[in-house]
Amino acid sequence: MVDATNPRVTGDDEAIVMGLRAGDERVFIDLVQRYQRPLLGLAQTFVPSQAVAEEVVQDTWIAVIKGIDRFEGRSSLRTWVFRILTYQAKSRGERERRSIPMSAFQTAPGQDEPAVDPSRFRPPDGSRSPGHWADPPADWGSDAEARLLGRETQEVIASAMATLAPAQRLVMTLRDLEGWGSDDVCAALEISPGNQRVLLHRARSRVRASLEQYFVEAARV
Amino acid sequence: MTAASDDLACIELVELVTDYLEDAVSEFDRERIERHLSGCDSCTAYVEQMRQTIAAAGRLTPGDVPPSIVDPLLAIFRASRRTES
Repeated sequence: MVDATNPRVTGDDEAIVMGLRAGDERVFIDLVQRYQRPLLGLAQTFVPSQAVAEEVVQDTWIAVIKGIDRFEGRSSLRTWVFRILTYQAKSRGERERRSIPMSAFQTAPGQDEPAVDPSRFRPPDGSRSPGHWADPPADWGSDAEARLLGRETQEVIASAMATLAPAQRLVMTLRDLEGWGSDDVCAALEISPGNQRVLLHRARSRVRASLEQYFVEAARV
Repeated sequence: MTAASDDLACIELVELVTDYLEDAVSEFDRERIERHLSGCDSCTAYVEQMRQTIAAAGRLTPGDVPPSIVDPLLAIFRASRRTES
């Protein structure tokens, strides 16, 4: 995705690289704070074990520290770091004799993961309003906005995200939690915008469904 | 109500919501979607719920990376810069 002939080192990158080379610990800590979770999320798409994923990320940071003097700025710093992680994750997978999984980011078209349970719609070949809602979205109630600001709904969201496939969780984390733009996500993960949207769509749909269930149950109390 | 051939069914719209919110639909599809929404309270509610989901997710505060992770890396960083000078 990154054009190798067009250096993507931003002014920001230059400051960070210079800071790292000068041994500026605040710059280093800042970098770790910024990328630790995204890197961990990416590692989890390669290795199933949380412990191994954390080790892969640590190995990545060590490689960054060791390699920073050789960084030439042909790609952005972020792309460079994420590629190191991908390399570390794949090497780790090989060393542990796990076959490299099919890319977690491949989203096969027609892979059945509808946004909403199809039974909630009228049959597509029926005579009455085919494909229209039979069981419409539940009303989240007049206090929904207030609830959505609270701790409980945060936990519902966090739990729902924990059940997502790693690639879906990662894309939603980067876009909606970390606030990355679509281009940045595609560049860092080296996936197409369309692919990114499919993963985002599936992730968000699942989380919405969990929130809906929460509100339905809250209304029963 | 007879559906015109280019009218969206609700089951189709829920699959287009992300593309719609990302501004990644064609002008033609955007019009179909908005025409459908103007006549469908259920889908309007669904899109609103998706917006609320995204906004709420954005408020999750991940918290700082714990010292147990940062400190060992910092030690390695310090050591490496000492040898470089």
